[in-house]
Amino acid sequence: MTGLLYALASFGVFALVAGVVLAIAQKVFHVDGDPMVEKIDALLPQTQCGQCGYPGCKPYSEAVASSQAEVNHCVPGGERVMLQIADLMGVEPKELEAEAAAPMLAFVREDECIGCTLCIKACPVDAIIGAPKQYHTVIADHCTGCTLCVEPCPVDCIDMLVKPELIEHWSWPLPDTKRAQQGHERRDHHASHA
Amino acid sequence: MPLIMLSSPHAHGGDSIRVIMLTVILALLPAAGVSVYLFGWMALLLILTCMVTALLTEAACLKWMGRPVSALLDNSAALTGLFLALTLPAATPWWMAVLGSVLAIVLGKQVYGGLGYNIFNPALSARVILLISFPLHMTTSIIPMSALQPAIDLYDFSLCATLFFMGPEALSLGFDAISMASPLGHIKTEATLGVPVAEALAAYQYSYLDAFLGLEAGSIGETSALALLIGGIFLLARHSITWHIPFTYIVTVLVLAALFNGINPDQYASPMFHLFAGGLILCAFFMATDPVSSPVTPLGQILFGIGCGVLTWAIRTWGGYPEGAMFAVVLMNCAVPLIDHYCRPRVYGHGGRRA
Amino acid sequence: MPAMLRKIAQRLGMLQHSFTGGIHPDMHKVSADMPIEDCEIATLLVLPMKQHIGENCIPLVTVGDRVLRGQKIARSEGYLSVPVHAPTSGHVVKIEEHAIAHPSGMGLPSIFIESDGLDESDDSLDPISDWLNTEATVLRERARTCGLAGLGGAVFPTFVKLVQDKRFPVETVILNGIECEPWLTNDHRLMVEHAAEILEGMAIIKHMVGAGSGIVAIEDNKPDAVAAMRQALALRDDMEGVSVLALPTRYPQGSEKQLIYTLTGREVPAGKLPMHIGVLCQNVATTKALYDAVVLGRPLTERIVTVSGDALVKPANLRVRLGTPMRSLFARQGLEDLSGIQIVHGGPMMGERLKGPDVPVVKASTGLLAMSAEAMGEAHSVEQPCIRCGHCSEACPISLVPNLLADQCRSDQFEKAEQYDLFDCIECGACSYVCPSNIPLVHYFRYGKGQVALQRREQLFAEASRKRSEAHENRLLREKEEKAARRSRVRKTHAPKTDEAKAELVKGTASEPAVEEDK
Repeated sequence: MTGLLYALASFGVFALVAGVVLAIAQKVFHVDGDPMVEKIDALLPQTQCGQCGYPGCKPYSEAVASSQAEVNHCVPGGERVMLQIADLMGVEPKELEAEAAAPMLAFVREDECIGCTLCIKACPVDAIIGAPKQYHTVIADHCTGCTLCVEPCPVDCIDMLVKPELIEHWSWPLPDTKRAQQGHERRDHHASHA
Repeated sequence: MPLIMLSSPHAHGGDSIRVIMLTVILALLPAAGVSVYLFGWMALLLILTCMVTALLTEAACLKWMGRPVSALLDNSAALTGLFLALTLPAATPWWMAVLGSVLAIVLGKQVYGGLGYNIFNPALSARVILLISFPLHMTTSIIPMSALQPAIDLYDFSLCATLFFMGPEALSLGFDAISMASPLGHIKTEATLGVPVAEALAAYQYSYLDAFLGLEAGSIGETSALALLIGGIFLLARHSITWHIPFTYIVTVLVLAALFNGINPDQYASPMFHLFAGGLILCAFFMATDPVSSPVTPLGQILFGIGCGVLTWAIRTWGGYPEGAMFAVVLMNCAVPLIDHYCRPRVYGHGGRRA
Repeated sequence: MPAMLRKIAQRLGMLQHSFTGGIHPDMHKVSADMPIEDCEIATLLVLPMKQHIGENCIPLVTVGDRVLRGQKIARSEGYLSVPVHAPTSGHVVKIEEHAIAHPSGMGLPSIFIESDGLDESDDSLDPISDWLNTEATVLRERARTCGLAGLGGAVFPTFVKLVQDKRFPVETVILNGIECEPWLTNDHRLMVEHAAEILEGMAIIKHMVGAGSGIVAIEDNKPDAVAAMRQALALRDDMEGVSVLALPTRYPQGSEKQLIYTLTGREVPAGKLPMHIGVLCQNVATTKALYDAVVLGRPLTERIVTVSGDALVKPANLRVRLGTPMRSLFARQGLEDLSGIQIVHGGPMMGERLKGPDVPVVKASTGLLAMSAEAMGEAHSVEQPCIRCGHCSEACPISLVPNLLADQCRSDQFEKAEQYDLFDCIECGACSYVCPSNIPLVHYFRYGKGQVALQRREQLFAEASRKRSEAHENRLLREKEEKAARRSRVRKTHAPKTDEAKAELVKGTASEPAVEEDK
């Protein structure tokens, strides 16, 4: 009987000591991290397209950080961004609702442009240059493919073209083996526990 | 039809899993041969039962997991079956052998995802489960045919078949009548009675030569140091294993044994005894070097070998069970991912060498 | 010899340095005894605008122009770029995209030249026979303008390396005549037949970088090349401090990092260049091309290509004009029907499988191999699970742990892979060669590296977009504030000053606005 009491007492004391040490460690070794909003914003592609339902990437980050929005709203970011945000927030990954389309670039058919500047005002990253009564044109290197310029155009002269693949940016795909596919499916688990 | 992307290199050395596993099976043949000499039909029945059960279980698991059943031709299940059989004592009843094989394949390998994903050595993990579940059966051996007075004629097939499938009761024999302790087991029990090691060995009529050749009691495949060394050197020559694990494992045990034997020879057995006793050589060359459950890097392998050696000797000397080798290897298997992470070799161009 | 014993022997000075790992594949040097043959000039030659590492070139000619052999037809763009020259005389018939020797099968803008059969040369560049008394900068410019790039296959612009940097003086010039890839024998034949020119090229390099010593490194499976180079060396009196060394045959001995370690015992630090440890490496073919450029005044218009492979009965070492269609090379060697044949551009260990033979020979074309489906099938069997045997790690010359790396790349754990030194991998293929599970390790590494590069690019673009978006917001805010400020100013300006004035305003009578001086 005394043996049992001794055992209980020693474990109890040990647990108490461990608890105190942990509490102290949490205070002493506390690291001031970056605000969550900045971290989430750093993961987003900055397309500023509004497809997430928020007027830009920063507002969406704020909504996710305050747990008002789900992690799976960013369409251009796709699955990779969703997994990264889920990992950061420590929540379960969620299926994307919309299929991410191939990257697009806006293109103004200059012959038809009437110089109304409505698309210039609509572009969130100022990627369209032009002036009233002058042709407008899209700076392809700056365009994020958000499609916000297409609607305002009164003569419908803006096309969304698929971004051409450059040989300089070509990269090897995964090997075409069953194991590679299986490994890729396992990445969800790795991403949330990495 | 679009061509699938194939990256270089477009040449291959020809090595395959099948060949690697087959090499290990070949390396175990000398030990299997000695086991048949010592334990006759019992050994053969055990080996056959374990291997066949292992293959059938693997086929069933592959089918259930939706993988091609032809994968069992990679010889890994056959090897696991053979391994398990060689670690079992000759008096193992048929159902224990079957249970062990099933556990080895299912719990030891397939449940983790199949070949390449298991953490523990499959055969050893099954052996450990059997040892803890049936300690009496797993720690006593039938008196071998090489002994001065074998209890029964193990070369008689019908006798062995009856013994294997129906137990010693069917022959109107008690279990004790046909069995004896292995040298390790014997000195352990004697040590609890306070008998010094040398005296216990003398009473056992222990001979170092017999131990080296394998003419002693024990699990069927672990007795013959000679046969196992032949197999081990074969493996080293074929580059199936590297020297790091066996060498460090055995040397660690020898060093520890020599140290303590020097301090108190009455209580601690000699290094030579430890070398030939139990499953040390079998584990060092064959079990600990199982590629899937051992570290990949040379430094990692050395640490792994040292850890196994320390644990083996400690369990043999101070632990509750007579033989510690299989526990040691299974325990060190847990540490392998950690060892692999911290023992990576120094990469070219990242300091260390004189520039 | 086991690696451990080898290391001990090296430490004791009993053995020369030897890099870790490596493999011994079958060498298949079936074309080693075949002298270089001149390949006939094709009727239509296609010159891609980028045959080097760096920026694309800009065409200088237009459709219809007549060009001569050696005439510059595309100028270099940016620093890391070398020009392209016409390989023979003829007319420019097209300038458009054409497929190049690239695993993706994609193309580059190219200049199409129809040869006129005359093979007239443009001799505008003067031969510099007295290069010893010529400024190194002049020689460097000559190397650049002649379009020289690393002909061992890496096609790095040569002139960039041939520089004297006082912070990093080069003591040793190493000529890489190793050619450790199976099947390829172009460097081998070049050394046997043009040893003297190669050595003069080496002398030029030594002069340009101010190096005191030099080593010509050749694998010991080429004894005739070693003998030829040694003979030629004995005939020169300006090559003190230069020696010809035969190194044990092992793949990848010819890899720059491994070669430098074997010859000097020094490692190139990660992220740094050989010149940071006082060494310069140059392939023997590039060195010969430098000789041609400086002493003969000839730009780079041709190279030696080994046409071989297990599906080719008549292998050869051909002197081929750049831009020649690869199909014609196979046809010349008797292989017309390419169905079921896999084409490898380069050697089997690091060369790329091409989607078709209708691509032109470029500066990087060291070899063209016609491999049978069986041979390729053996090399690319079904992938099985990794059994952690460790053979890949033993074979890796960089001492990486390929099986762990491949697993991380496969499951997209790229940060972990970078931590495990993914970017130190030289993609030599030794690991995949030894893997008993047939795992395409190098393929996984390439996938990982590509994804990391893609992510970095996307991150940079996202950063820039964020800045632009913020600038956009700030601009709108500023405009709003300015507008509001303007309105409030105008209101103040036109606001009534006294009560009577206010009352009058309400009644509708105009009253003189009080003029305020403000801006």
